[in-house]
Amino acid sequence: MPRQRPDLHTLPEVAGGGLLDRRLFLRRGLALATAAAAAETQAADELPWLHTPGAPFTPYGQPSSHERLTARRIGANRAVAGNGVSFTPLEELEGIITPNGLHFERHHNGVPQIDPARHRLVVHGLVRQALSFDVKSLLRYPMRSQMLFIECGGNSNAGWHGEPIQRSAGSVHGLLSCAEWTGVPLSILLDEAGVDAGASWVIAEGADAGAMNMSIPLTKIRDDCLIGLYQNGERLRPENGYPMRLIVPGWEGVLHVKWLQRLEVTDQPVMSRNETSKYTELQPSGKARQFTFTMDCKSLITSPSHGQTLPRPDVYQVSGLAWSGHGRIRRVEVSADGGKSWADAALESPALPRCLTRFRIPWRWDGKPAVLKSRATDEHGNLQPERAALVAERGRAGYFHYNAIVAWAVEDDGLVTHTY
Amino acid sequence: MGWSRTHTERAAALLSSLLLSACVATPNAVEAPRLGQAVDGAALARQQLNVFPDGRGLPPGRGTVSEGAALFARHCAACHGKDARGGSAEELAGATRPLNTPAADKTIGSYWPYATTLFDFIRRAKPMTAPGTLNADEVYALSAWLLHINGVVGADAVMDARTLPAVRMPNRDGFIRIEAE
Repeated sequence: MPRQRPDLHTLPEVAGGGLLDRRLFLRRGLALATAAAAAETQAADELPWLHTPGAPFTPYGQPSSHERLTARRIGANRAVAGNGVSFTPLEELEGIITPNGLHFERHHNGVPQIDPARHRLVVHGLVRQALSFDVKSLLRYPMRSQMLFIECGGNSNAGWHGEPIQRSAGSVHGLLSCAEWTGVPLSILLDEAGVDAGASWVIAEGADAGAMNMSIPLTKIRDDCLIGLYQNGERLRPENGYPMRLIVPGWEGVLHVKWLQRLEVTDQPVMSRNETSKYTELQPSGKARQFTFTMDCKSLITSPSHGQTLPRPDVYQVSGLAWSGHGRIRRVEVSADGGKSWADAALESPALPRCLTRFRIPWRWDGKPAVLKSRATDEHGNLQPERAALVAERGRAGYFHYNAIVAWAVEDDGLVTHTY
Repeated sequence: MGWSRTHTERAAALLSSLLLSACVATPNAVEAPRLGQAVDGAALARQQLNVFPDGRGLPPGRGTVSEGAALFARHCAACHGKDARGGSAEELAGATRPLNTPAADKTIGSYWPYATTLFDFIRRAKPMTAPGTLNADEVYALSAWLLHINGVVGADAVMDARTLPAVRMPNRDGFIRIEAE
């Protein structure tokens, strides 16, 4: 017997502002409006691809030319083009996996074009025997795959500004990507070199112009870090560290050292430029937080979000991403009345630890101004804070590790903007 | 521990260690192919760039404040400004707003906790157009000049493997370690 389509306009609300029960998604045949514009329809006999042979095979697939606007947004130094960032367009994507060509980047001095035959990873310092590994050798080691997000410590830092920045979700929060990473557990290589008693840190160094270096506690390295060789099934791309990068699950992006060439096992951090003058957060007291490795519990509504328009009052799908460097996302709540009331969103499978988790909830927009928010809770009970609470605690000069609730204002004409 | 194992205990311990090694999810070193190649110590020393707060990793050499001034003008001023107060690249000196005020200046003199970081970073990353090309004397000299214009050392300072780690930076105790001992 065909299931009857529920009347979306009479369903009871589960929270203020028109939020509906998250389980509505499970009902088949339920179509929800989105903020994306609908394509024009055309008669089938006018469609040329139905009447002429298509293009031949290509060795490596590329996105449709019609999707060329789904691209990374680049913010680089005018004087040095290889110094800057590129943002993942989060609001253009669905699911939880970031396509490799859209993974966010942060480079200090360009993308090195490394010949894998000439690249070596050296493990030395407080070890029984300093060892060098070439790429071919590492590809023969036992590997592990894990779906993990990587988020830059500076992601969302416009949130510290006094006024909300009016840019798309991805252009503010898109120093965040998620992939299946495959590589060699670092503990295997350390065991082979034989770590000395008294070692407590590992200093990782890249082979970029500038040989960026960062210190990581040995316990973390042994616990779950990988030498990443593959990203979503293919070898890493140059801009993501080819031929190998460090994968440090749940910790800030700068530690995932790209183009990895050296691991020095030591008894202390090196106090490099990036772990002293950068990636430290100045507090109102004048003291700075240092070694703030874990990316905290966080979420972001990607649809609807800044720059999109709701064409008419209707029932919409509110959808977004949640993540926590501490572990698994347990709960995401959404508010349509600026945080006065909240409803549980549905979490899509898989909801993996230290991985992006997709959430969804239906929302009936009545055409009046509304403020949408989402807040995540992880399995350890970490709750994403309101912006005012985060600013009260940390001040506004911290620059890094901003994880406050993001609010989108929906105007009566359907336009969505960033608000506090 | 003043106890000795019986045969049964020894057998049980052996069995459990066998079971344990068979059950660990992560492949251990025994199962790995062990393809790492021994590294020549001299080559390793040449490539090693890490410089620690206690001075470990610093090479022989020396540089003065005045030598550093000339090097900065040639290699660095275009981006950091002639007084190192910032340009297309960040400010390195000249802080006026203290760290406990809004829009505080985070310069070498006001913010960086260790002088050795200067050597570590300049040697590996500068100048931007040709990183890793400055020799040890030049890096010591640039470190000396940057410390001098930040008011940390005098105009006659000479930096080397002994004097650089001995410099106590003004904000040495300005950091709270959140996730590290």
